[in-house]
Amino acid sequence: MTPLLKVEGLGKFYGRHLGCADISFTLWPGEVMGIVGESGSGKSTLLNCLAGHMPPDTGRVMFDTRDQGLRDTLEMSEPERRWLARTDWAFVHQNPRDGLRMNVSAGGNVGDRLMAVGARHYGDIRRQASDWLGRVEIDAGRIDERPRAFSGGMQQRLQIARNLVTGPRLVFMDEPTGGLDVSVQARLLDLLRGLVRHFGLSAVIVTHDLAVVRLLADRLMVMKDGHVVEEGLTDQVLDDPQDAYTQLLVSSVLQV
Amino acid sequence: MTDYNFAYLDEATKRMLRRAILKAVAIPGYQVPFSSREMPMPYGWGTGGVQVTAACLVPEDTLKVIDQGADDTTNAVSIRNFFARVARVTTTEATAEASVIQTRHRIPERPLTDGQILVFQVPIPEPLRFLEPRETETRTMHALEDYGLMQVRLYEDIARHGEIARAYAYPVRVEGRYIMDPSPIPKFDNPKLDRSPALHLFGAGREGRIYALPPHTRVESLDFEDYPFTASKAAGQRCAICGAEDSYLDEVITDDAGGRMFVCSDTDYCATRVAAQAEDAA
Amino acid sequence: MSISCKMKGGGMIEISGVGKRFVLHNQGGVVLPVMEGAALSVRPGECVALVGASGAGKSTLMRMIWGNYRCDQGSIRVAGVELCGAEPRDVIALRRNRLGYVSQFLRVIPRVPTLRVVAEPLRAQGLAEADALARARALLARLNIPQRLWSLSPTTFSGGEQQRVNIARGFILDWPVMLLDEPTASLDSANRAVVLDLIAEAKARGAAILGIFHDADARAAVCDREVDVTGFTPARDLSA
Repeated sequence: MTPLLKVEGLGKFYGRHLGCADISFTLWPGEVMGIVGESGSGKSTLLNCLAGHMPPDTGRVMFDTRDQGLRDTLEMSEPERRWLARTDWAFVHQNPRDGLRMNVSAGGNVGDRLMAVGARHYGDIRRQASDWLGRVEIDAGRIDERPRAFSGGMQQRLQIARNLVTGPRLVFMDEPTGGLDVSVQARLLDLLRGLVRHFGLSAVIVTHDLAVVRLLADRLMVMKDGHVVEEGLTDQVLDDPQDAYTQLLVSSVLQV
Repeated sequence: MTDYNFAYLDEATKRMLRRAILKAVAIPGYQVPFSSREMPMPYGWGTGGVQVTAACLVPEDTLKVIDQGADDTTNAVSIRNFFARVARVTTTEATAEASVIQTRHRIPERPLTDGQILVFQVPIPEPLRFLEPRETETRTMHALEDYGLMQVRLYEDIARHGEIARAYAYPVRVEGRYIMDPSPIPKFDNPKLDRSPALHLFGAGREGRIYALPPHTRVESLDFEDYPFTASKAAGQRCAICGAEDSYLDEVITDDAGGRMFVCSDTDYCATRVAAQAEDAA
Repeated sequence: MSISCKMKGGGMIEISGVGKRFVLHNQGGVVLPVMEGAALSVRPGECVALVGASGAGKSTLMRMIWGNYRCDQGSIRVAGVELCGAEPRDVIALRRNRLGYVSQFLRVIPRVPTLRVVAEPLRAQGLAEADALARARALLARLNIPQRLWSLSPTTFSGGEQQRVNIARGFILDWPVMLLDEPTASLDSANRAVVLDLIAEAKARGAAILGIFHDADARAAVCDREVDVTGFTPARDLSA
């Protein structure tokens, strides 16, 4: 089996300040990997480097492209990378406002990626948008409303629909449940888990919420000060942490 | 030509403008930046068009200027007088006689011919502006042909109004490459751009952009397969003066009791038809 | 489900020389050795009980076999897969297809209905939703979970109900290897009998089962032999 994503020696510096360094891992098809760590640990920097939002200073990010197998996304041209970002990749932002077009209707938001890859049949686009609103549990009757009229949880689900409509194989998520009420979080987690399973998606999820990774992630990477301090099977890292920082992190979680 | 330079602008400026125009012609639909000069008229009155016209004019030219299709409106008359004075070129109201036509918001009804230049006044050159406010991003989108967003806008129109509601400044795709704002001409005029034998130049003075359609360029209006583009106008009406059914009509309110009439917006086209009808009658 | 039996010693669970210690970095680096020289084997169709005093390491050993505790030393082979030093995806594949676990605690996403919680292992294997739900219904009915609760999340259920949901989830698939952590605790006698039947049926179809049963009668009813983990407990430094 070919890995979907193979990262080697990734590093990013902000001037003299370290963003992240020496990051290497292999993500296999269908795997969900969580990245946890406190604010400033470099997890968001890493995610943005992986997703092509910022160029890393060192390392390689190899992705299993559909037609040419493993290729270094950093050596791709900008049009190739953007094409990948619209087709095989998806990025779910913490704040749905960053991932949605707030002045475009729900249907237009979902149809956006379809049209970006060349869909030119209004009826087809609308049918697919309506289908996807249903999948993320948004009433299809609200297809022409703008996201502004939606609750935070609905906006987040709309963002997910918008991202998944082109059938991506790899989804990057930055704190997908952050900023949502606990009850809304649960619903979103269930939805994400169902979609990941149904479509056999691979995902990289950055979060500081250990409960989220326990429910969603197969594997876990723990970051501190820009470095990976521990990685492994999610429940192994959480139940039997080896590193001092991971032990502190796990023991700091409030029990309810 | 002793007191002033020919056609108002100094030679260095005209040279700069011509370089921009040549580049624009070489890359149809691409917006070429240029250093827009202060002109003796306010922005919005055609400073871009005037600069392009000034750069194109030679003493042998015959100039026609129209505003909303009419030769006799304030803006058209002012600009025509301006060039008559600073370039001493012949002016005309007849489309067929003109070698350079500066226009605002219309394309003449009479088909343009080989060798003619049509100069458009453009308020906002960037067709993606209201979808993506960042200039850096719209330029990247053009560079990468990342035009899904434009289609999203048309989608939104159909979702809200049941059809693509844009009646003017209807976006076009040039030679299958750049998406271009044809300036605020009615979409009725869009088909006239396609493979026209004339050279079309677009000047935006405030934003300092020139773009062009060289003769015989393929120009397609954007649409959906199931909602194709239609070049519509006031349905079922004909010109109250010349009786034309195939021209773009202005609605004219004639009294304060709701009386109205439709007349050709292209005054030359209308006058030519009326003259021909008079001749036939005679 | 047919399992190739090319495993060392013929056991579905083969453990030898297993050792484990905890290093508590945030408590001055205290090192707690908790296991040493653990060895056992469970064959298909066999049910083995782990026994020993509280704190002797029964749960620790179970977790090492499940894979959420890291194995420091020795070898743990489950259905032919070596767990010491295994890649996460090997453990995940093992859990998806070979290894079932009935833990004492139910860990689910809060609002997911009971029926779907129980059907999930089948769905993970790719079974169609309707078939998976049908099997989940049958098992929930057998475990006497009232039908009106099926559409609710089990997070609000009583301890006994949660335990039965957990058991249903554990027995929905015909796992070749099963780990049972106190499956009959907090159950009334009727439900206890159902669970013992389920265990007996799993044995009959050839499952290798390793369990912790505090209930001596239950142990006597289903277990073929016992392994006392006290023997795997390292000598503690009593002066500490």
